[in-house]
Amino acid sequence: MTTLHTVNKSPFNDGSFDACLGLAKSGSTVLLFEDGVFAATTGTKSAEAIANADGVTFAVLGPDAKARGVEGKIAEGIKVVDYDGFVDLVAEHDKVHAWL
Amino acid sequence: MAKRFMYMNTKAPYGTVYALESLEVVLIGAAFEQDVSLAFIGDGVYQLLKGQDTQGIGMKNFSPTYAALGDYDVNKIYVEKESLEERGLSLDDLQHLVWEDEDEDWAEKDSIRLVSRSELADVIDDQDVILSF
Repeated sequence: MTTLHTVNKSPFNDGSFDACLGLAKSGSTVLLFEDGVFAATTGTKSAEAIANADGVTFAVLGPDAKARGVEGKIAEGIKVVDYDGFVDLVAEHDKVHAWL
Repeated sequence: MAKRFMYMNTKAPYGTVYALESLEVVLIGAAFEQDVSLAFIGDGVYQLLKGQDTQGIGMKNFSPTYAALGDYDVNKIYVEKESLEERGLSLDDLQHLVWEDEDEDWAEKDSIRLVSRSELADVIDDQDVILSF
């Protein structure tokens, strides 16, 4: 079973990013959107955790990163997707786990 | 007598409405000629990032408004150093906010003051009113 995890809260203010990372299994994908995009920015503990999460794919919703001025700060190896890409990810996985 | 007002900005823009609401209250408050300071701590530092572009999310980009604060005599903008560092950011990532000093022939001066957590604690301690967003 493949799972798409979605996280929309900043990793600095909320435990959902850490909780998601702790439970995301190899082969799953984590999509960061809204304030969740900050987790993917370079020079943060969360970006380091992403780099060390073997077997988990990470993606960021581009329009949310752009709105917040961090589009150019997304760490290497993290995919940037648009709204269509978000829909594709939902369709490609067996289920969605929307972290709140 | 003018009171010292401190507006604490603690949340990122767009994900919640706090950042925009704070800005609106600051601009209203500025009309009452109080002594106004702004502090940006935690995710609040993201409010001042350069290059915000909200076209793709259908929300108003209110970040250019920060540049107008100087015209309302809001020129004490404290940014907590530790909060920037934790987020992999530096002063160069933020908008360059300035104000014009009428006592010095309208010389342009920086509005942002980069302060440590303990320095900020002292600044907050000196305030009469604290409003947190």
